[in-house]
Amino acid sequence: MRLGGVSERRRRFPPRGTESPVWNHLKFRHGVHPPELKDLTARIAIRRVPYPDEVVLHLRQHAGKPARPVVKAGDRVERGDVLGEPDGYVSTPVHASAAGTVEQICLWPHPDGSYAPAVRIAVDRYSPQAPRPRLVPDWMRLEPPELVEAIRQAGVVGLGGAAFPTHVKLAPPKDQVVDTVLINGCECEPYLTTDHRTMVEYPERVHLGLRIMMRCLGVTRAMIGIELNKPDAIAAIRRTLPSDLDVTVLGLEVKYPQGAEKMLIKALLDREVPSGKLPLHVGVVVQNVASAATIAEVFETGLPLVERIVTVTGRGVKRPSNLIVPVGMKLRDLIDACGGFTADAREIVFGGPMMGFAQAHLDTPLVKGTSGVVVLAAAETKPTVSYPCIRCGHCLDSCPVFLNPQLLGQLALKERWEEMETNHLADCMLCGCCGYTCPSNIPLPQLFALAKVALRRRPAPV
Amino acid sequence: MSNPSLLITASPHLAAGDSTPKIMWTVVASLAPIVAVATYFFGPSAPLVMAAATAGAVVTERAFDRRGTLHDGSAVITGILLGLTLPAGLPLWMAFTGGAFGIGIGKLVFGGLGQNVFNPALLGRAFLQAAFPVAMTTWPVPAAGGWWSLRGDIFALPFASPRALETVTGATPLGRMKFDLQATPLLDLVLGTTSGSLGETSGLLILLCGGYLALRNYLNWRIPASIFAAVAIVATGLHALDPARYPGAAFMLFSGGLMLGAMYMATDLVTSPVTNPGCWIFGAAIGLLVVVIRIWGGLAEGVMYSILIVNAFVPLLNRWTQPRLFGSAGRTVRS
Repeated sequence: MRLGGVSERRRRFPPRGTESPVWNHLKFRHGVHPPELKDLTARIAIRRVPYPDEVVLHLRQHAGKPARPVVKAGDRVERGDVLGEPDGYVSTPVHASAAGTVEQICLWPHPDGSYAPAVRIAVDRYSPQAPRPRLVPDWMRLEPPELVEAIRQAGVVGLGGAAFPTHVKLAPPKDQVVDTVLINGCECEPYLTTDHRTMVEYPERVHLGLRIMMRCLGVTRAMIGIELNKPDAIAAIRRTLPSDLDVTVLGLEVKYPQGAEKMLIKALLDREVPSGKLPLHVGVVVQNVASAATIAEVFETGLPLVERIVTVTGRGVKRPSNLIVPVGMKLRDLIDACGGFTADAREIVFGGPMMGFAQAHLDTPLVKGTSGVVVLAAAETKPTVSYPCIRCGHCLDSCPVFLNPQLLGQLALKERWEEMETNHLADCMLCGCCGYTCPSNIPLPQLFALAKVALRRRPAPV
Repeated sequence: MSNPSLLITASPHLAAGDSTPKIMWTVVASLAPIVAVATYFFGPSAPLVMAAATAGAVVTERAFDRRGTLHDGSAVITGILLGLTLPAGLPLWMAFTGGAFGIGIGKLVFGGLGQNVFNPALLGRAFLQAAFPVAMTTWPVPAAGGWWSLRGDIFALPFASPRALETVTGATPLGRMKFDLQATPLLDLVLGTTSGSLGETSGLLILLCGGYLALRNYLNWRIPASIFAAVAIVATGLHALDPARYPGAAFMLFSGGLMLGAMYMATDLVTSPVTNPGCWIFGAAIGLLVVVIRIWGGLAEGVMYSILIVNAFVPLLNRWTQPRLFGSAGRTVRS
């Protein structure tokens, strides 16, 4: 189904100067328009923070199986040393993000709310934090499988939030034909400016990362989609556009969840990823700009993914900032680096406010997938009281995958999980649009997450 | 560093800013101009009748109020809307009973807000229509006998037959059309200087107030749009067949309770479909039934029964019009 009257051909080869949103109907249907709230940090340059006294590296920092620890208490580690080996194919190694001594491997608060095994490292205060001398692989001489393996060994995961291991996406099964790489620069979550600042300050890295990924996949066409509320990012990416590659930069309508893979593919290519299938199925691989920049960094410095850019923002923090921080830095230290809490700080969210997790412990460390830390002031937090569903239908009008959240919510309240499954609960990506629009403040995404867990725990049919 | 006492809630951590009480009270506020105009046309009887109906609704809601549901405003809406469908001269105890019936039988027995199948205000009115047919069809003419005079024996005691006051009563435009084949000038209909229920007079004002709610997205504009379209199309077709017998579209749209019904009754969030295609079908079916009842039925007016009948089909409409899942070929069939 085509919307907006722009042909596939026009989308692929848009004429010059077609970035106007009137001409490019680059969008998906439904979705919501939350306040952007990005002004707090959108124009603040990324800065480094001093190393904290302790970093805690979770062994499960990616989607898939957790890494297996290969260090023990008392070991001396340098920055970039392997702490955990990947366990299976959909798994990545975890590296020490600071030089120091392994104190303990223990259960530690994880950003998802659970306690998970983690490696605590007492940071050596007098270390120059230089990585061990290493060979930087020359990416142009490496064959695609070797490139993918190098990316895997560097522990690169999707930095947009889901933390899916990047090497899995870059090595599709042989029978899948990939024709386009999409770079996701939407950053549709309110408040966050991580990807925005990455594009403004490191556009060359984004392009280099994209180039490496295109080599991995053997693809000649790429598109970079950026929401139109980031004109400086679009300009920076356009300015550094390589002339020898077929890369198109397109401005996209500002709408949540524009950065969801399926929505981005729909907007940029007008292809619908079939229900229950991956983007590969329509010949597309989507990567976040921060992931692309990280891949470039891996091949520039030889250093694995040990630090990331993160936005610490919200009205509950005194000095909102964009920071380069070592992975495993604790929330407490992050907030300290930003001037501390304001008096009315109330809720701390890892990730964006639409999909992020509220944190209970200030000792929770940052993981690779944490794209932002939002400290909400008391006045910004949502009321906790719910009303009965009045069947207004706003959730149906906002659901980007055209589910019926109203029906699903009613079923969830009655714990009728199986019926939810037949009503396509599996297609829900927990984007939060329904919960955002619900006037009765019914915690729909929470109910759906609960149902997904309940269905997963269901005993297997005999 | 001071540690704040942390709040832990599930995502999303932002909200669009609408809440159910806010929607309900906004609807109440949007009814204020209509109430004011009814008072202007029908004198002090109008606010008294509406207040009695609202009191019936609110008292009943309060009586069964275990969860503090009164402040959400839905009972007040039901009361005012019911009041707007009543004639100005209705004894107050009848209006009160109607409000109590609408909330008690129309809403609370189903489980309260969000659970009812039928529009509570219209159910209350249907009850009054069946119980007190004469009182419900005595239409005082606006501005007869001075603004201050009461339009009927509204203070009649329960179950006492109301005294006949010296008021002028007149048939509604629909009644005159149906039984006397006599048309009413369109301007009178649009402005509301005709006889009828309290709120079925000024079509233009109701259109404006409802339009405001549609702009705020507090009602689904597809419902009134499809009702108007269905009524206009069918009425125009019939009018072309026999202009003397069948009135034209403009008369059909602006006479009787159609405006109030289309803008405020049919669009009740709870009793209308949740899907947009469902809303189109819902509205079209109501519009069709209105014309059928008005022209071929035994009653002069059919808005109330049309909406109540189609209300009953809403669960079915919801099931038929499930959205097409993203990334699936056709409309998905549900169990």
